[in-house]
Amino acid sequence: MNRINKVFEQKKDEKVMSLFITAGYPNVNETVNLILGFERNGADIVELGMPFSDPLADGPIIQYSSNVAISNGVTIQGIFDMVAETRKNSEIPIILMGYINPMVRYGLEKFFSNAAKAGVDGLIVPDLPLDEATMIEEFAHSNGIQLIYLIAPNTSDERMQLSDDKSNGFVYCVSVTGVTGARDGSEVQQSVDTFIQRSKANITKNPLMVGFGIKNYNDAQSISKEADGFIVGSALIEIIRDTYPTENWKDEVFNFVHQLKFGYPNQ
Amino acid sequence: MSVITTTTYSKPNHKGYFGAYGGKFVPETLIPALNDLEVAYKEASEDAEFEKEYLHLLHEYVGRPTELSFADRLTGFYGGAKIYLKREDLCHTGAHKINNAIGQILLALRMGKKRIIAETGAGQHGVATATACAKFGVECVVYMGEEDMVRQKLNVDRMQLMGAEVRGVSSGSKTLKDATNEAIRDWVTNVDDTFYIIGSVVGPHPYPMMVRNFHRIIGDETKRQLMDIEGRLPDYLIACVGGGSNAMGIFYPFINDDVHIIGVEAGGLGVESGQTAATLTKGKPGVLHGSMSYLLHDQEGQIELAHSISAGLDYPGIGPEHAYLHDTKRVDYHAVTDAEALEAVSLLSRLEGIIPALETAHAFAWLEKLMPKTTSEEIVVLNCSGRGDKDMETISKYL
Repeated sequence: MNRINKVFEQKKDEKVMSLFITAGYPNVNETVNLILGFERNGADIVELGMPFSDPLADGPIIQYSSNVAISNGVTIQGIFDMVAETRKNSEIPIILMGYINPMVRYGLEKFFSNAAKAGVDGLIVPDLPLDEATMIEEFAHSNGIQLIYLIAPNTSDERMQLSDDKSNGFVYCVSVTGVTGARDGSEVQQSVDTFIQRSKANITKNPLMVGFGIKNYNDAQSISKEADGFIVGSALIEIIRDTYPTENWKDEVFNFVHQLKFGYPNQ
Repeated sequence: MSVITTTTYSKPNHKGYFGAYGGKFVPETLIPALNDLEVAYKEASEDAEFEKEYLHLLHEYVGRPTELSFADRLTGFYGGAKIYLKREDLCHTGAHKINNAIGQILLALRMGKKRIIAETGAGQHGVATATACAKFGVECVVYMGEEDMVRQKLNVDRMQLMGAEVRGVSSGSKTLKDATNEAIRDWVTNVDDTFYIIGSVVGPHPYPMMVRNFHRIIGDETKRQLMDIEGRLPDYLIACVGGGSNAMGIFYPFINDDVHIIGVEAGGLGVESGQTAATLTKGKPGVLHGSMSYLLHDQEGQIELAHSISAGLDYPGIGPEHAYLHDTKRVDYHAVTDAEALEAVSLLSRLEGIIPALETAHAFAWLEKLMPKTTSEEIVVLNCSGRGDKDMETISKYL
């Protein structure tokens, strides 16, 4: 069984936590350590962002981490190496998240085959909607990489069902119309309940993960109360940005992660 | 010269593809908006009332039809084919961009949208959009790279004077590419009430098709006017290409005709210099701003910074239809340098009393290469897409 499916199988009684980090941020040597530390502190899934120069679905925080990662010289091959390195010590599901252009330039067939060899479990491409995804579906399928599609509050019931049909692993609910980034909790909460209810009615095959705008334990619990789990990215990167490279930056980051999942610090 | 098109050209297909190029590469949040736009545009383009209002505004507000001027001294200078200029520089606001801004704002109003956003490089599309918004009393936000705001200060002042809010973009290269990213982010966030007026034949379907169709009046008029004057089609058609809207506008009605069509890109400091905006000459296929086309990007697929003296051509992508016309060899694409474009500005100013925009000057600069191969029996039509007032500060540094 795919690592992603296994996690949802095993964690039926708790909220699954998926954490997003830009590969190569804050530097290329820390990515593997961060993934392993996230796992020790409660992360169930890791989404590894492949930085792109023009991340048009991302807010200022992930634009920033992407720029830093690119100037740190991170490459697609380098990201595969990070995954392979992580796999020596961990079975945590790893999902790559990135824009389509770098994959096109790398060569789609080669991309999927090398991703699978490195130990990647899934892929999210924010600028590749269902309509265009036929260009990667076959490669994903033949290499056992699960494709995860996004749905938004303005997605029709019909397209939600199609996303469920095409997704494997889970379906990603974008809680608000907008770019990535932490928001005021009440802003997200107001609209999200009806959206999640509608999503649940239409998504019957896959688990539902909610993301965009979650910044702490309380947000996570309330926003995901009707879903199977939650995704945090910008708020995590913000903590890294604010603490790196102070002496105990990683302790602070891992504490934040622990708190996000369990509601109390790890020490 | 002989370019015979035997099949009737009908692109894009229903998914918005011109051959391998085009499509809808956008976040899911924008898919409902693009689908609504597609339906609304189709209904509008089949509605005689919509066309009537659009043509009425182009006539009595924009000043169409624009003239087709015989450039007698320029013709004499080269001693080859007769050169005619399609005078889009005479449009209200000083460039062709207003044709599309008028078309799209009518569509926005028809769709009940309350807020308009746009991106701009040289500021011509921003000015055209601000103009249309002022004319119809609609809220207008224009995204513009901070570097371009310095290069094109006059246009910033014009937009503000007409009540638009100009938002400076400080990310990335601080130019058109980054302004476009920011406009798309705004649209994703405010998709319910906001209409995004894209300024070129770029972006996700249906924009490349729709923007082309709002500009095809340039080519349609040219055809009629040249028929009246010369009783025949031109031998050559030339236009500058950044995103490629003025070029598609004049090319499109001639695609099935026996006409040699030439697009001129911005070579910057030279196509081999690494400081260029010659996307078709130096780029490779990829996805940027919602469509598959040629792009300037490195081996990792990171978008490279374009360079051109002209802010309107300083863009690492190009419209997908140009990519298709390039691959099928229906249109020849060439590049000229910053220096060649500046030479052309002086030449046209002195010989014809027309100061062209730096963008437009790239098309003129190609005459140096083309004209020696032509004969006095032939006819060249060049799309004089915009006037150069906005560029005076840049131009005067080189005088």
